[in-house]
Amino acid sequence: MGRRILSSSIRTFSWRTPSVLPGFGITMGFTLVYLGLLVLLPLAALILKAAGFTWAEFWDVVTAPRALAAYRLSFGAAFIAAAINIVFGVLVAWVLTRYQFPFKRFLDGLVDLPFALPTAVAGIALAALFAPNGWIGSILLPMGIKVAYTPLGVVVALTFIGLPFVVRTVQPVLQDLDKEVEEAAASLGASRAATFRRVILPVILPAAVTGFALAFARAVGEYGSVIFIAGNLPMKSEIVPLLIVIKLEQFDYRGAAAIGTAMLFVAFVLLLIINLLQRWSRNRMGGM
Amino acid sequence: MKFKSLIASLLVASASLAPTAFAKDITLLNVSYDPTRELYKEVNAAFAKEWKTKTGDNVTINQSHAGSGAQSRAVIDGLKADVVTLALAYDIDVIAEKAKLFPENWQTRLPESSTPYTSTIVFIVRKGNPWKIKDWDDLAKQGISVITPNPKTSGGARWNYLAAYGYSLHKNGNDEKKAQEFVGKIFKNVPVLDTGARGSTVTFAQRGLGDVAISWENEAYLTLQEFGADKFEIIYPPESILAEPPVTLVDKNADSRGTRAVAEAYLQFLYTPEAQGIIAKNHYRPRLASAALASTPQIKLFNISEFGGWKKAQAVHFNDGGIFDKIYQAK
Repeated sequence: MGRRILSSSIRTFSWRTPSVLPGFGITMGFTLVYLGLLVLLPLAALILKAAGFTWAEFWDVVTAPRALAAYRLSFGAAFIAAAINIVFGVLVAWVLTRYQFPFKRFLDGLVDLPFALPTAVAGIALAALFAPNGWIGSILLPMGIKVAYTPLGVVVALTFIGLPFVVRTVQPVLQDLDKEVEEAAASLGASRAATFRRVILPVILPAAVTGFALAFARAVGEYGSVIFIAGNLPMKSEIVPLLIVIKLEQFDYRGAAAIGTAMLFVAFVLLLIINLLQRWSRNRMGGM
Repeated sequence: MKFKSLIASLLVASASLAPTAFAKDITLLNVSYDPTRELYKEVNAAFAKEWKTKTGDNVTINQSHAGSGAQSRAVIDGLKADVVTLALAYDIDVIAEKAKLFPENWQTRLPESSTPYTSTIVFIVRKGNPWKIKDWDDLAKQGISVITPNPKTSGGARWNYLAAYGYSLHKNGNDEKKAQEFVGKIFKNVPVLDTGARGSTVTFAQRGLGDVAISWENEAYLTLQEFGADKFEIIYPPESILAEPPVTLVDKNADSRGTRAVAEAYLQFLYTPEAQGIIAKNHYRPRLASAALASTPQIKLFNISEFGGWKKAQAVHFNDGGIFDKIYQAK
């Protein structure tokens, strides 16, 4: 602590960390303009549109029963889907980095497919599979499980589109984790469970949480794949993005912007919490 | 003097030759609603042929299809439509009102309130009609699963809803409360609300959901054609609504693109015997009696004026907090 204060007081203050590459001014300027144009400007336009309301009107719109039901579904389903992905994504990443088997490259490539596939195509394919007369749906129906056109269908679609995020964030970390570390743990007498819990998990957890956050954020805003499988019944299986589209189609631009703003706010708070958790876990687990 | 007259005669000659010597390539954009893809494909080809023989110019008509409300919004937001041909007058009214692209009295500019054809709302059931669905009452029965798109996003669904509502009004001596309960019961039987008419057709015909689909008459025939007349049947309720999908020129867009003449001719072409024949062939109801198919069943039809016109119907039934919303929030 003391040393840090000393060293910074000796050096003159500077924004930039010493680097051999020139061009701080121009790259920083570019970054600001780029982010401003691409991210902040559209968001500002959104909030400006919603600002046409008084506070009371805004509150009425964003807390209408139908909107509340839609938030519950969108955030709830996105959370469940991301939770499923954090478990199975880590598993997939583990298998892809730790074992050698035929068609590994092919399988590895398959993981990215949900990124590339147009979401509407994914939605229609999933709806066809899980509809009561689809391949999977017709098997599940006698067991009393309905997937397509229920909130469960929303979870399925969001799990599909979120899969690559966890796999692709955890994979490089696992690749960097030397096998020797596990062997060292074993030779020091740690059980397999203890090795996983106390050696591997702390290393991959921050990456897995990042993947979770990305998958969650992506799922909350997802529209294309969900509307084909959700059923879209108000209060039951209507996601927030659809509610926004419906408001737009009634020419209720302000209402749509208000719901969009509310959703943005909630998503921002949730992502902030996830980031803080991640930082906390990183500090607690040490290393990294 | 001689020289001058030579130039003059050359000018006259070139002017009269112009259309054939320099055939112009014109494109029009027709922004339409969901189920008219097949209809306008045929109409456009016929019109292009006629325009070519009349003027020598090549006209290509681009089509855009989606839910009627979505299309209306797209035009307001700047989609450069030369003409709009939407599912209901309200969606065109809104363009006039919000974007002021054409006068608000647009509906008086063409014959038949700018509606070159009509249609109605019918039922599609599975072959053999296992649930014996004959009338609107059968749709409100417990245990029947009904497929219709969402009236909030689909023009066709708004006609569906109003057809059921109007039926109940007539049956119960204009009792609004009973009509609301009645459509409420029907919508409680709906397991999926698609955003557009075509989506609903797919849900019913391809995904196998629902016992009955409420549908545009033309869409019902198309379902039989596409998915098999051996699998589905069309049921005409004894009474339904007269759906009047209107058309109009989008003056400001056409003027800025210099396409007014051809766009106006295109809309007028819809009223010609040739186009009316294509309209009938695609199972819409032509205005020209001689073009109508003899096989089209005649049922009792009531129209939107019973609901005080589209502006009022929209405000009372479909806007936020309207009667349709109450159906879902009453739980």
